[in-house]
Amino acid sequence: MTVNPGAFSSRPAVAVTGLGAVSSLGIGIEDNFSALKAGKSGIKPITRFSTEGLRTTIAGTINFITFEPWTAIGFTHRLADMAAREAVAMAGIDSGRFDGPLVLAAPPVELEWPQRLELDRLAGEFDEAASYDRLLRLSRNHRDSALYDLTLFGKIADQLADSFGTRGLPITLSTACASGATAVQLGVEAIRRGEAERVLVVGADGSVGPEAVIRFSLLSALSTQNAIPERASKPFSKDRDGFVMAEGAGALVLESVDAAKARGAEILGYVLGCGEKADDFHRTRSSPDGSPIIATIRAGLADAGLAPEEISYINAHGTSTPENDKMEYTGLAAVFGDALASTPISSNKSMIGHTLTAAGAIEAVFSILTMREGVLPPTINYDVPDPAIPLDTVPNVARSADVATVISNSFGFGGQNVSLVFGREPRR
Amino acid sequence: MSVSSHDVLVTGIGLVSSLGEGIDAHVEKLAADGPRPVLNTEEFAPFLVHPLPPVDWSTQIPKKGDQRQMETWQKLGTFAAGLALSDAAVGTDPAERGAIDMIVAAGGGERDLQVDSLVMERARGLDDPQSLINQTLTNELRPTLFLAQLSNLMAGNISIVHKVTGSSRTFMGEEASGISAVATAAARIAAGQSEICLIGGAFSAPRKELISNYAMGGFLSSGDWSPVFQRRDAQLGFVPGSVGAFLVLESAEHASRRGARAYARVAQVAADRGARTEEAFATRIKALLNEIGADDDEALLVLSGASGCQPVTEWEKSALDERLQRAALRSFGSLLGHSLEAHFFAGIALGAAALHSGRGLAPFDPIAERASSVAPSQALITTVGHVSGEGMCRLVAVDPS
Repeated sequence: MTVNPGAFSSRPAVAVTGLGAVSSLGIGIEDNFSALKAGKSGIKPITRFSTEGLRTTIAGTINFITFEPWTAIGFTHRLADMAAREAVAMAGIDSGRFDGPLVLAAPPVELEWPQRLELDRLAGEFDEAASYDRLLRLSRNHRDSALYDLTLFGKIADQLADSFGTRGLPITLSTACASGATAVQLGVEAIRRGEAERVLVVGADGSVGPEAVIRFSLLSALSTQNAIPERASKPFSKDRDGFVMAEGAGALVLESVDAAKARGAEILGYVLGCGEKADDFHRTRSSPDGSPIIATIRAGLADAGLAPEEISYINAHGTSTPENDKMEYTGLAAVFGDALASTPISSNKSMIGHTLTAAGAIEAVFSILTMREGVLPPTINYDVPDPAIPLDTVPNVARSADVATVISNSFGFGGQNVSLVFGREPRR
Repeated sequence: MSVSSHDVLVTGIGLVSSLGEGIDAHVEKLAADGPRPVLNTEEFAPFLVHPLPPVDWSTQIPKKGDQRQMETWQKLGTFAAGLALSDAAVGTDPAERGAIDMIVAAGGGERDLQVDSLVMERARGLDDPQSLINQTLTNELRPTLFLAQLSNLMAGNISIVHKVTGSSRTFMGEEASGISAVATAAARIAAGQSEICLIGGAFSAPRKELISNYAMGGFLSSGDWSPVFQRRDAQLGFVPGSVGAFLVLESAEHASRRGARAYARVAQVAADRGARTEEAFATRIKALLNEIGADDDEALLVLSGASGCQPVTEWEKSALDERLQRAALRSFGSLLGHSLEAHFFAGIALGAAALHSGRGLAPFDPIAERASSVAPSQALITTVGHVSGEGMCRLVAVDPS
């Protein structure tokens, strides 16, 4: 990403004027942050579907919201809508007339098994062996636009655009586990270009279904510590063994400071900088020297105009996979140097699990709340520190602190890395 | 036409379609009289598809190991991206490649049809098939298939194979993802947020799981082929077209610094969405035409991406006819087919190349399109999503440098 020298003074500063969140810990930012401060876990056994025969049987599913029949697209839309509604209301904007662009991070989901099996049953009798040739013949004579809508990646954003009255063509994006942060970044860039006075940014993921669990499981990415679900996600611990899939949504109203002030909106915090650098090493592993992660963190700090010593707190990507946590430490150590020892870092994922597409947006929301409340959420399940990654992880218990600035990291499968820098005050 | 430093130029094109490989092959075919589509009429009958041409993947994806990590959809995009980078004469120096931004417009990748069929077969007659599904998928799915079909892994593979790592974003949402990618990349360059950006997408048409979905949605043309504006009855709908289309967009300053050749300048991109009623659609298209600033002129080449789906194809044509009577209309979806995420890029690729060649394109539809002897100086590219989203891009010819 290009950093435009001397651009700080001329580009609009970006304020956050609305926040919304849903996670396995609850609905709304208040309930979520209370639970985070209390060190609660939202991870539990999966009950949405039978987990018989699966290596991983736990997740941070949201089962206190009734949604039947469950589909990943339908449920993701519901979560996105809830978080966006909270954020827009908090910003004091008419919820049907947002009148700014929408950027949505959404999971790439397809038709699911119940629907596919329904198609296979269409003929009423199983006249021949199951195949896509047969499905093609059946679907020719069975038009079903509701079912077809479940195959459209743009559908959720379309629905949100209608219900919130956003402007123009919404962007739906996926940069794997960095998606939510990429959405914030796109919103920030649009405001800095002067293209929009405000942007509705949403990251949502309601995709904990059997096939998704199996696919991540086949990549050996998931924790198999099923026995005590709430203890399974243990970022930075020596006995960490993978991430725990989870659902949730985070939403932010981003606004140019001038526009926010002009309408007398309360400013909750500022997005000071965004950094990005892609990795060209491997489809699931980071470059061994950590150079893309290092470049991402440096670019975020440079864009914010801050030195590492000026960062009060690091909101970690902290997935609890052996690889990620080690590489995140390597990257941070290279950029922060001696300052790392005195900079607290914690992983929200220890409590809410890895909300995948939504993670960057949810963690952006929690980063702003961390600054506002002056409380660092802990990294729970930190009982066996990994000596190879010595960090002040805010172990197990929340801590009061004066938090002026936060850097929040997101690193995705496929090599997409984003760091966001937030401040309580605008850049001097 | 003079250029200023933040002007956005098209400096590289990578295009693969049923018509062939490379932008020059396309211009050659489409400038000659009576261009004909390449179709596969058998495999998905009564539906048609435009197949991929023979492609030697190794020319852009040299490592067999990399090829094995991708299904056709990802390979097609990675291949076209490589063509665009070579065409733009971007050096292979890691520092140069590492400074290039990227936005990919992606759908979903291939499913394992055999495994899916096996699951369906075994699940028949069971009241609760879930544990059987769990067992079958766990035992039969290739672990790496997930990555070979994941939407954002086309971009991931482009980073790995072509070393483009300045930034990596994947937009989704059918045709609209391509429109947003062009709009975002052009806006970033114009604002100085980026200097050079690789954008594009791919669509692999002969995929049973996709064709089956489109059939269920009622979007496919069947029967004999005809150009999009001439389809009637069962022909109404789109013909899926295999396309890999990537572009290098670059600031004029950056292009001149490295002595790059420009095909055309991106003058304006406009996009919207909304209700698909006749009145609302017509209002949006008119507003987009106003915003895009296309003047009716014989030297205007209009590349309509109309899909053949009704009623929007007819509505789009009426709006264009009313506004642009002297311009040369060409329906690029007639010959390339409809290529969803890749469609808008493909139209821009053809428009930019036509402006650069100084030649018009032959009519793709002998009834709705008329020949023009005037060299085009501007091109208007449209794409109307089969379900949602509308976009336009205006290109302007640049002096050869």
